[in-house]
Amino acid sequence: MSATTLPGLRTAEQTTPVVRRRRLGPGKPIRFGAALGPLLVLVLWSIGSATGRLDQRVLSAPWTVVTTAGDLIADGRLQSNLWTSTQRAFIGLGLGVVLGVALALLSGLSRIGEALLDGPIQIKRAIPSLALLPLLILWLGIGESMKIVTILLGVFVPIYLHTHNGLRTIDSRYVELAQTVGLSQWDFIRRVVLPGALPGFLLGLRFAVTGAWLSLVVVEQINSTSGIGYMMELARTYGQTDIIIVGLVLYGVLGLLSDGAVRLIQRRALSWRRTLAS
Amino acid sequence: MAPDAGLLTAAVQVRGLVRRYDERAVLDGVDLAIAPGEFVALLGKSGSGKSTLLRALAGLDSDVTGTGELVVPAQVSVVFQDSRLLPWAKVLDNVVLGLNGARERGRQSLEEVGLAGRENAWPNELSGGEQQRVALARSLVREPELLLADEPFGALDALTRLKMHALLRKLCAAHQPAVLLVTHDVDEAIVLADRVIVLDQGRLVAQEQIELAAPRSPADPGFAAVRARLLDALGVSL
Ligand SMILES: Nc1ncnc2c1ncn2[C@@H]1O[C@H](COP(=O)(O)OP(=O)(O)OP(=O)(O)O)[C@@H](O)[C@H]1O
Ligand SMILES: [Mg+2]
Repeated sequence: MSATTLPGLRTAEQTTPVVRRRRLGPGKPIRFGAALGPLLVLVLWSIGSATGRLDQRVLSAPWTVVTTAGDLIADGRLQSNLWTSTQRAFIGLGLGVVLGVALALLSGLSRIGEALLDGPIQIKRAIPSLALLPLLILWLGIGESMKIVTILLGVFVPIYLHTHNGLRTIDSRYVELAQTVGLSQWDFIRRVVLPGALPGFLLGLRFAVTGAWLSLVVVEQINSTSGIGYMMELARTYGQTDIIIVGLVLYGVLGLLSDGAVRLIQRRALSWRRTLAS
Repeated sequence: MAPDAGLLTAAVQVRGLVRRYDERAVLDGVDLAIAPGEFVALLGKSGSGKSTLLRALAGLDSDVTGTGELVVPAQVSVVFQDSRLLPWAKVLDNVVLGLNGARERGRQSLEEVGLAGRENAWPNELSGGEQQRVALARSLVREPELLLADEPFGALDALTRLKMHALLRKLCAAHQPAVLLVTHDVDEAIVLADRVIVLDQGRLVAQEQIELAAPRSPADPGFAAVRARLLDALGVSL
């Protein structure tokens, strides 16, 4: 097959194009590709409203929603409700993360901890945290603490599960290495366990953030007097679909922003990883 | 037990070492002494118990049953077949893992293995040979009295192996640790070691003191004679 040729000579064999292998990864990312789908939805919605095919009482037009949002901002209702909601979500999320990580460390690093903690948490996982709402209302009333505890209960489970799994799947070869270089228990946790469990933790955090907004929506629509959910609930009684949509958009934006933030943290913190996507 | 002179000065002293997996003796009475600064290469067929012996010396076999007398120095370093660098720690952090305030020494150590300037790279940005050199730096920065290496070059290509041999010889001359190197490669053993020992069915069955002048070359007739004797001990007939 292969024939040696002088540098200057061109043979038919040399000019045949090289067979390109089909690449197995997903290929290069499309610029702004993530915006395409939502844009399409917006276009369809606008067309529907402009042609009158979408009844205003069922779904307000996009431009009505925009002007309503402007009004809500002008009289300050949007900001104050948004602030209240964000605060609730973040306090619940923060407390849930701390609780989840602490429990994961306790049960991941000691057999006694695992025996005592893992069972109850698995049981808790089987019960949707929103199902605990009646009990929480009886115990804590309908104030802020009930709302924050509900969010916390939805948050700590995914954090615990994924962090614990991350801990338990750290390669035993690294544990062996830690032994041969004589790492102290504390250095072992700091240098091997925590970084090793970080990918799991961050995955858990993404689920937790989604869970936090979900719980928030529910608690804000029950006996609330502030927050985005309350604003939407009030609009329902007056049949104002535009305000409801403003609320939905807000929830969506908050969800997207927080997920984006977690992904950014993920990319920064896990920059040592080379994966299919990168 | 009356200690003889050799015992007192030995860096490693192993007597009647037995290690069992499920009642099957993988090491069946191994006796071995390694002098300070001595370079010993351990040959043996696959499954003959080389790694088991090495892990016993490294204190990594707490889950294995066995008996025997084992004396090793306080400062032991291990080089594994895989470089075993923490992928989430930069190269320099891997080298000084668990050492406080040793960053300057770590840097010097990286320079010794020819990786100056790569301190802030991630391990997976390095080639296989470079990763193994970082692992060597990590071992040597601890100034070990005993260096244990289990097929450290097994995953490298032939050319890189030759370079690593030269590097290892240079480093061992500079730091003078006692070395036990496990390898499959008879030539590698003869080139590197002061003494080659052969393990078979859990016992040391042969040893060769290598007294060839440096640089040792497989073309040397003395080299060929040693190689033939070792291959014979390994049960390979030519
Ligand atoms: N964890 C284990 N459980 C049970 N048997 C084991 C275990 N580790 C090793 N063995 C057995 O002990 C014997 C010796 O193993 P060892 O790893 O020491 O061999 P080796 O000489 O290093 O071989 P190789 O050259 O292939 O690395 C083998 O038969 C192996 O099956
Ligand atoms: Mg082995």
